[in-house]
Amino acid sequence: MSKQILRCEVNGEPVEALVQPYDTLLDALRERIGLTGPKEGCGTGDCGACTVHLDGQPVASCLVLALQARNRSVLTIEGLAKNGVLHPLQDAFVRHGVPQCGFCIPGVLMAAAALLAETPRPTEEQIRYGIAGNLCRCTGYTKMLDAIREAAHAQA
Amino acid sequence: MRRFDLTLPETVDECVRLLVERGPDAKLVAGGTDLLPQLKTGMLRTAHVVDLTGVPQLRQLARANGSGLRIGAAVTARTLERDPGVNAAYPAIAESGAMVGSVQVRNLATLGGNLCNAAPSADMAPPLLALDAEAVIQGPHGTRRVPFASFFLGVRRTVLGPGELLVEIAVPHPGPHSGGNYRRHTPRRELDIAVVGVASQLTLSRGVCTKARIALASVAPTPIRAAEAERVLEGQPVTPELIERAARAAVDAARPISDQRGSADFRRHLVQVLTRRTLTTALARAGA
Repeated sequence: MSKQILRCEVNGEPVEALVQPYDTLLDALRERIGLTGPKEGCGTGDCGACTVHLDGQPVASCLVLALQARNRSVLTIEGLAKNGVLHPLQDAFVRHGVPQCGFCIPGVLMAAAALLAETPRPTEEQIRYGIAGNLCRCTGYTKMLDAIREAAHAQA
Repeated sequence: MRRFDLTLPETVDECVRLLVERGPDAKLVAGGTDLLPQLKTGMLRTAHVVDLTGVPQLRQLARANGSGLRIGAAVTARTLERDPGVNAAYPAIAESGAMVGSVQVRNLATLGGNLCNAAPSADMAPPLLALDAEAVIQGPHGTRRVPFASFFLGVRRTVLGPGELLVEIAVPHPGPHSGGNYRRHTPRRELDIAVVGVASQLTLSRGVCTKARIALASVAPTPIRAAEAERVLEGQPVTPELIERAARAAVDAARPISDQRGSADFRRHLVQVLTRRTLTTALARAGA
């Protein structure tokens, strides 16, 4: 039972990190790689605060063992803006003043970004299902929906 | 999380060897959506975890025209939800996959995990029962096939023996003029566990039902078939009145408990409602 080397791609860059076999991907990102955008809310896959993309798909990183991400590509909220330009969703979240306490926002943005990447013109129901796995205890859902709708409209 | 070591096999043979070497304490992980919460809360303790995500054979989803579907045990719920071929010929499987957890969970959660955890409420079990699927199991003494009707032994108990692992789920093609549907009742539409789940599959020949399958979840220690209700339909032209009779017969197969999700009476009521609705949808799909 000793540390092993995790090799994967994080936000477009190759990364090597020493991880414990029982570390989750969230542990590795936050404690070993220094990316604290993904948050630990529940730790059991119910709240969505730890959402990152694994090979382009949104996952709860608190339920992935770090070594399960070997040779795979991880995108966190830190990699969502490209060349200093905010993702349209981030821009819309800022303009709509979506964040209240802000804890859930990285996860919501990653879930919404995955939705728009796959479904550029989502219906209202698709938007709601797309972020159904993300809990906001400030209950700031209305502005979230407004911002996602607007970002989808702007990019479509 | 308590400490454990993790092995990363690349073949099914290696998995079996590891299970035999490490003994009954070893746990398999694929999506981790059931195992990791249990390890984190201390419900489960283990010193050895074997990761299945690096075994390509377990992630295969193979179709052959006419001969059915072969689903690797580590195929995710999300893959089944989105696959066009599964949606076209096996809609109940796609529908049940779409109901597991949130999208973040469905991208991880696997069919094999949902089945091997053997919860009475496993959403992905009833469609497989209704489609006469088989479990392909590999162990130290070779490979065996088990009909899904005898896969579950009780709450969280399956036929898997020491050193054995579920490799694949084989689903026969339902043939022409066949339709299926899965529905469940939950207070919340996502991230909830079925109060009752029902899958129905109907096959017709000139308007007469030649084969009916009805499977229920969350109303017994394991997912079960409602055999009496199936016999009400077989050999008959399927009318709304006959569907209602079958729905009432399905209630007799249920042996529900009362818990925080619903009373036994409410569950019996849901069996009747969901059986009627799934049969009605299955009939429409069989005719289309």
